[in-house]
Formats: sequence, C-alpha cells, structure tokens
Amino acid sequence: MSRSRSSSLVATTAAVALAATACGGGGPGGTAADTDAAITIFNTEPENPLVPGNTTEVGGSHVLDPMFTGLVEYDGDTAQPTNAMAESVETTDSTVFTITLKQGWTFHDGTAVTASSFVDAWNWTAHGPNATQGASFFSQIAGYDEVHPADPDGADGPLAAPAPTTDAMSGLEVVDDHTFEVTLSAPFSVFPVTLGYEVYAPLPKAFFDDRAAFEAHPIGNGPFEYVSRVVGQEVKLTRYDDYRGSDGPKFKDLTLKVYQSRESAYADLVSGSLDFMEELPPNALAGQKYQTDLGERVVQKETLNNQTIAFPFYLAPYDNADLRKALSMAIDREEITQKIFEGSRIPADGWVHPLTKGYRAGQCGEYCTYDPEKAQEHLARSGYTGEILLESNTDGGHQEWAEAVANSIKNTLGLDVRFVPATSFGDFRQKVNAHEMKGMYRAGWIADYPSIENWLNPLFRTGASSNDGLYSNPAVDAKLAEADRAADEEQAAALYQEAEKMMAQDVPSIPLWTQNTIAGRSERLTVAKLDPFRSLDLASVEVG
Amino acid sequence: MGRYVLRRLLQMIPVFLGTTFLIYVLVWAVPGDPFAGKCGERDCPDSYVSAMREEFNLDDPVVVQYGEYLLNLVRGDFGRTSSGVEVSDRIVETFPVTLRLALVALVVEAVIGITAGVVSGLRNRGFLDSLVLVSTLFLISIPVFVTGYVVQLVFGLQLGWISPTVSTPTFGGLIVPGLVLASLSMAYVARLSRASISENRRADYVRTALAKGLPQSRIVGVHVLRNSLIPVITFLGTDLGAFMGGAIVTEGIFNVPGIGGLVFRSVQTKEGAMVTGLVTVLVLVYLVMTLVVDLLCAVLDPRIRYE
Repeated sequence: MSRSRSSSLVATTAAVALAATACGGGGPGGTAADTDAAITIFNTEPENPLVPGNTTEVGGSHVLDPMFTGLVEYDGDTAQPTNAMAESVETTDSTVFTITLKQGWTFHDGTAVTASSFVDAWNWTAHGPNATQGASFFSQIAGYDEVHPADPDGADGPLAAPAPTTDAMSGLEVVDDHTFEVTLSAPFSVFPVTLGYEVYAPLPKAFFDDRAAFEAHPIGNGPFEYVSRVVGQEVKLTRYDDYRGSDGPKFKDLTLKVYQSRESAYADLVSGSLDFMEELPPNALAGQKYQTDLGERVVQKETLNNQTIAFPFYLAPYDNADLRKALSMAIDREEITQKIFEGSRIPADGWVHPLTKGYRAGQCGEYCTYDPEKAQEHLARSGYTGEILLESNTDGGHQEWAEAVANSIKNTLGLDVRFVPATSFGDFRQKVNAHEMKGMYRAGWIADYPSIENWLNPLFRTGASSNDGLYSNPAVDAKLAEADRAADEEQAAALYQEAEKMMAQDVPSIPLWTQNTIAGRSERLTVAKLDPFRSLDLASVEVG
Repeated sequence: MGRYVLRRLLQMIPVFLGTTFLIYVLVWAVPGDPFAGKCGERDCPDSYVSAMREEFNLDDPVVVQYGEYLLNLVRGDFGRTSSGVEVSDRIVETFPVTLRLALVALVVEAVIGITAGVVSGLRNRGFLDSLVLVSTLFLISIPVFVTGYVVQLVFGLQLGWISPTVSTPTFGGLIVPGLVLASLSMAYVARLSRASISENRRADYVRTALAKGLPQSRIVGVHVLRNSLIPVITFLGTDLGAFMGGAIVTEGIFNVPGIGGLVFRSVQTKEGAMVTGLVTVLVLVYLVMTLVVDLLCAVLDPRIRYE
C-alpha cells in the first residue's frame, strides 16, 4: 500500500511537470458571490526558486501562474490563445515579430511593465551561466547561440561550455517603452501562440537588482501578489487590486497548501477543509469511489495531454512500417478506454490533441482503428513472427492499461507480446533518452502551448528535442519546415495538417487516447472550472 | 560512569562516519541520472545540468565528494537543495514536528502499554488478561497504514469527530496521528511488560518481600515493576528513534509536515544533500537514545555497572 502511494506521487509530479498552466479569460461575473473570500487549494512543493524562467514543474507553476501575466494567455475553456499583456503581435514574414504592450500595467511593487521588462527577462533566462530550466524555449530567437553556447561534449563530458560572448540576444530589440521587436533565427509561424508559456513572463527591475530578495518575495504582474510562504507547508497569495487584465479573480485570498500525499489531500477535500484539488488520487478513482464521495462536487475536463506508444526506430523489428501498422490496428482502444478507464479516456484519432488550435479529426485514419483482419495482413507483409516488448514505468497506474494493450495485440496477432515494467520514472526516462530501449514504450505528451505545431515538431522532426525514438522522414521534415515558414497561422495549420497526414503512413508512434482530468471542489465554491492544462481556472472561481 | 559515557561518545564517531558515508554513497549511487525527469518529459538544458553537477561536486570521485560534504558538515553547513533552500533550515522546521509526534506516540505507548501489561501480568489468566492478549494480538496483526486510513475514514470522514488531516502540528493536533503511530508498539510494550511481570512475580526476592509483610503496592511498584521495566525501557528508547524515522506513512496519511515526508520526497527527487542531512540527524538521535537507554538501565538495576 505504501508503495503504491509513493508511486502515484512520482507519477503525478513527473507527468504534470511540463504542463503549462494558464489563467484563462474572464468569465461572466455579477453573481452574488463573496468577493472577499479566501480559498485553499492543493499544491505540491515547488522544486525550484520561484522564478518563471526556472520553473517547469507543476508545484512552482501553480504559484507563479497566478502571479504573472504573459503577453498571451490561454482561454480557460477552449485553450485558445488571446492577447493578455500584448496589445498586438504582428509579423509579415513569420521571422520578425513586432510586439506592442498594453499601457498602464504595473508590477506588484508599483513599477511599470515595459518592453525591457520582457527583453531583460528573456535575456536572463536564455543566458547560459544562469543555468535555467527554461533556457531552451528561447533557442529560436536570433543570437541564442551567443548567449547560450552549446556544451561541446554534452553536460556529462569533461569540457565546460564556452563562456557566452554577450548577455543579450541580438534578436531582441526594444523599440520604445511599450514596443519591442523579436527576430527569430528561422521563420516560425506559431511563435505568438507559444508566448503564453510561463518562461516568457516579464520580470521587474527588482529581480535584476537583488535576485535573492526576489526569490524570497517574488514580484509579478499577474492577478495575484505574493504574501508569504512556509516552505514545505503553504504559499499565500492575495488579489492584486491594481490588476489591469480581464482575468481578475472574484475572491481575495488564495492559499496553496502543500500536501504530503494526494490521499491526505483527498480526505480534506471530502471533509470540506480543502477547496480544490485538480487531480484525484488513484484510491479515489478506483471503482469510481469519487462519485459517491463528492457527488456533484466532481469537476471534469478534457485536458491537453495524450498517451501514445513510441517506437525505437534504432532497433529491429520496430523500424518496419508494416509491423507498426499491424500493432496499432491490433489495439482495441474503445474496449480498453471503457473497461479500464470507465470512459474517462477518449480514443485518439491522430497525433494532435482535439483541443488544439489546428486539430483535424481522423488524421490517423484506418491505422488507429481496431481491425483484426487488416492487422493480420500488415503483419504477414512485415514477415515478423518474433517477440514484441512493451516497456513502461508502472507508477501512475500505467501497468493496467499497458497489460491490456499487450493482451489486445497478443490476441489479435498471435504474437508473443510481453509487458516489461521499469523500476522508476527517472530510470525509464534515462533509458529512453539514451536510446537504450529494448522494445516499444509508453510515451505521453503534455502540450506546452495549444498549437498543432507543439504536437508535431518536438516529437517527430529529425533530431527534435523530444524525438527520442529517432524517427526520421525527410518529406515530413520538409513539410514541417514549410509550415514553420508559413506567412500566417491559418496557412501554417493547413501545412502542419498535411505533414501529420504524411506521417500517418509511417505510424511513427501509436496514438492511444486523450484524457479527461477529474478534479474536485468544496461545497463553498459555487463555480470552479478546470482549465485544459490541468489547473484550476482561478478566474472562474466563485465562492458562495 | 563518566569514563564509560566518554568511551561511548567516542565510539559514536566511527559509527557516524560509517553511516553517513554509506548513505551519501547510496543516495548518489541509486541508478538513474538525478536530472532525468527533473524537467518533465523534456530533457534539462545542458547548462542547467552542468551548473547542478558543479554545485554538488558530482564530477569528482565519490570519496572526494563525501570528503567535501563532511568538511562542510563539520562547519555546520548542511548544504543547499537544488531549489536553493538551506537543508539546515528545513531540518529546523521539520525536526521539531516529528519529534513532537514521536513524543506523543512514546507517551501513549508507555502509559497505555505499561498499564495494560501490569494489569494483565498481575491477573494471570483473568478476564482482563485475556482482553489485553486478544486486543494486542489484533493491533499487532494490523499494519500502521491500515489503522491510519481506518481512523481517518471512520472518525474523520464518516463521524466527523476529528479533522481528517492535521491543520497545526502542535501537541494537541498530533494526538490522533500519535495514537496511530504508537498502536503497534503499544501492543508490543503491553506484551513485553506482561511477560516480564508475570516472570518476576515468582522471583525469590518478591516472595521474600511478601514474607516480610510489605504492602502489595510497594511490592508491585518497587520490586516487581522496577526489575520488569528494563527490557521495556530498552524497547521504548530505541522505539523513539524508530518513530522518528518510521513516521513516513503516518505523516503521509495525516499530512503532518515532518521529517518522514521530507526524506521520502527528497529520495524521490534525488536531493542527495537533503537525504544525507536528515538521515545524519536521525542517526545521531539513535546513537544518543541508545546511550540514554543504557544509562537508564543502570539507574533501574544497581547490579548493572559501567566501568
């Protein structure tokens, strides 16, 4: 029992670590809500100092997201990006972007948010010696290589990275107080959509004057300002009354309470002393216990993440396209999502999540449809009769479905399919990164930003950052590059869709399903919505 | 006596060095890159990994790393975690909480356990004796996390008598988790003191005391109890250390912000400095407690002498 508790903790922190959280747009107001109320929500302990450019895990994001408003924020319902701090983001060639800021915004210390707040923050985050987790998000900006020279032999090698020649990226230029220009090193049509991610947040002058003081008392420009923190226990925030955005809260004080385990938080949620918890623990989900415990306090929302099976293209027989097709068509997604997840997962019909801007239905087509006969045909064509391995970390409830998938393939194709559990998530990721997998393996993706580009480029382009299976198709690469260069987002989306369609012929990974996240709220909260990034949409909260 | 204590204190040094070295090596030797999975499904930037390796001297051989760590430790510097928090700060915050929890558990264990043991030991084969035997058997057979969840579910959620988790870790707030934590040991203490008492009840000196016409209360309180408590005190003393290190499950269930949960999370996130620091403190607690127990035994039984 204590083992499974520990496992679930690893899985959740790890799995959510990439989730970009979003404030969401302003909802309809004007009800008889208690606007001075205080609420307490679940959180995990932030793992890094509270600086946006150095926070990519969920515990820190939950604190920083309400405190910072970026150029763009994502709608809490549809995940569509809308301008927040940006008045406009304009481009004619998808390479040079002119960003105009809204006027009159201030940081919580009263200083104005200007173009240099953004430019300085981005330069600081990208600067190699600052060693931030978010540095790589700026790699598309011209001059990144000068401020963040690559380590010649990787992080593990004995050679240190050369010192940067400058601390400012040449691609960032302040035009005036409220305008700056971003030049990318290559055209990237969906760049404006990416700007809602936390690492692009502005930083006040106070940060550059005294970083230690800032980490002890972070200052943002978002709807909530920092009050206090007890490490290991809680972070307190309160409404920033001079906030100029449209996503201001309808309550006053926010406490993010750190729990030792999700199970203990769930007990508090059921008894009403915790107001919101965004992901219920496995013991609550088992047998749908949460429905009897919480009743109408259950909050459900489709969120921007999917589950796939990736292939090691560096290992035979997984480099055989016919075999990959056979495997994909031998998985009965309908039955597994119904029997194991009781309908809380939705079978995927492509590699792009349905909530994403640019999604097109049915891109995977017949290859993602359960069809035993065709699967047999493809298997016969591949000529493979040996063993198939499916590897996965087992924390976070992956074992059940992985075994079901293995059995589904075994029964359909008559191959010897074996599920191989990994000891821990870290261990599993290490093997994946080192290209040491011995079979196909579980993979998942949580969108950094809701664009079709984010589901394709990082995962399937030759040499891309998360293309761990080493899939490579020059035609797909060319199409993706063409989409990056497109003059506007519509045209880009159409090109990305073409690339996805081309990819389908290769089945570079098996899309399994997309996910509903199940959350719970207390009775005090009359409205509390989950956003597509698996966080509470704070702007939606109303306290009765 | 003084020389004995001094010798024991000196013996602690090699034990301390050995345990901290083992822990240090084990933490960093656990398979898996400490930075894999730290930045989510995406790899950490090289510059971040390099800076962290620099901070924790990971590029040096393990013995050198340990040497550096020990040197800092002697200077009172426990190091920092990757989130920039001072390990010593975290220890100062969490240690008293767990100590309070362990003390509550110890008091519960000692008071209830010894009382039950004395009562049943004196009334051999009576109703009370059978009651104690059956109920302790019951407690021993249930793991602590089951007791914890059942208490939380029944009294916290269904009956609503207690708060399901601890809101403020004061002595009062820690009574329920303390009871849960102590439940297993309490049963052991009861059985241990029962056996010890029923054995000593037939001892020659008790018969002599009885023959001298001493009152029953003095026989039980001074002659029987004092001699019977030696194994119990030994058990209780080491148990305080066990409570501090073993409270992880109880702390997790009742959300007590103590040392157990911190060790657990630090192991998971591979915060080597934090794990080593915390376990070092626990090792010290164990060493001191065993010394105190040994000295207490001498107080209880004059026949035990330390030279």
